[in-house]
Amino acid sequence: MAEMDTEERGGKSARMSRGGVRRRRISRLSAEKIDYIDYKDVKLLQSFIAENGKIMPRRLTGVTSQQQRKLVEAIKRARTIALLPFTKF
Amino acid sequence: MRTYEVAFIAAPNTVDDDLSKLNSQIEQIISDRGGKITKVDNWGRRKLAYRIGKFDEGVYTFVYVEGSGQEIAEVERRLRVTDFIIRYLTVRTDEALKRAVKLKSKRKGSLAPRSPDDDFELDIEDEELMEEI
Repeated sequence: MAEMDTEERGGKSARMSRGGVRRRRISRLSAEKIDYIDYKDVKLLQSFIAENGKIMPRRLTGVTSQQQRKLVEAIKRARTIALLPFTKF
Repeated sequence: MRTYEVAFIAAPNTVDDDLSKLNSQIEQIISDRGGKITKVDNWGRRKLAYRIGKFDEGVYTFVYVEGSGQEIAEVERRLRVTDFIIRYLTVRTDEALKRAVKLKSKRKGSLAPRSPDDDFELDIEDEELMEEI
């Protein structure tokens, strides 16, 4: 029983280490329990856009699909009101 | 009752008097139609993320409104015809906020999801218990 457990665990960590540098398992959204993503929270939203202003895919940020949907809406609102750029350069 | 956030950006060269006049007009419009302003956020002059027309910065104002929605239509019309307003955005917030409160209570009610580390510790405890028995 104990042997099986360790095997499973080994497999899991190997998979995780393949992820790369930018991979985060738990995003700030989950860690700080943010339920309402405000489009005025520029600092928070900035952590989810890439250098060139693009919205980061959730495979890089580790947010859930529900969170990503809210995030996308908030970022697009922030862009409309010129708090965030559509593109940089 | 619905809640809204009305955001608008005034041109950086706007006279303070004009802006405060517009603010009191908005207040008038909303109270005339049975709405209520719960809060006004004034961010002041801020750099825009991109150029709008010939402006690089703007004066940001956020108005939090409670009402039926009719006052919003009139406020938006007012903003549209005001020359020194370079951008505005209205967002309805009651539904999203309600959902956020629900999520919060749900999380409090149920047990926190177990992480792999928790499982590991529990396994050890179980084995020790088995040995004791």
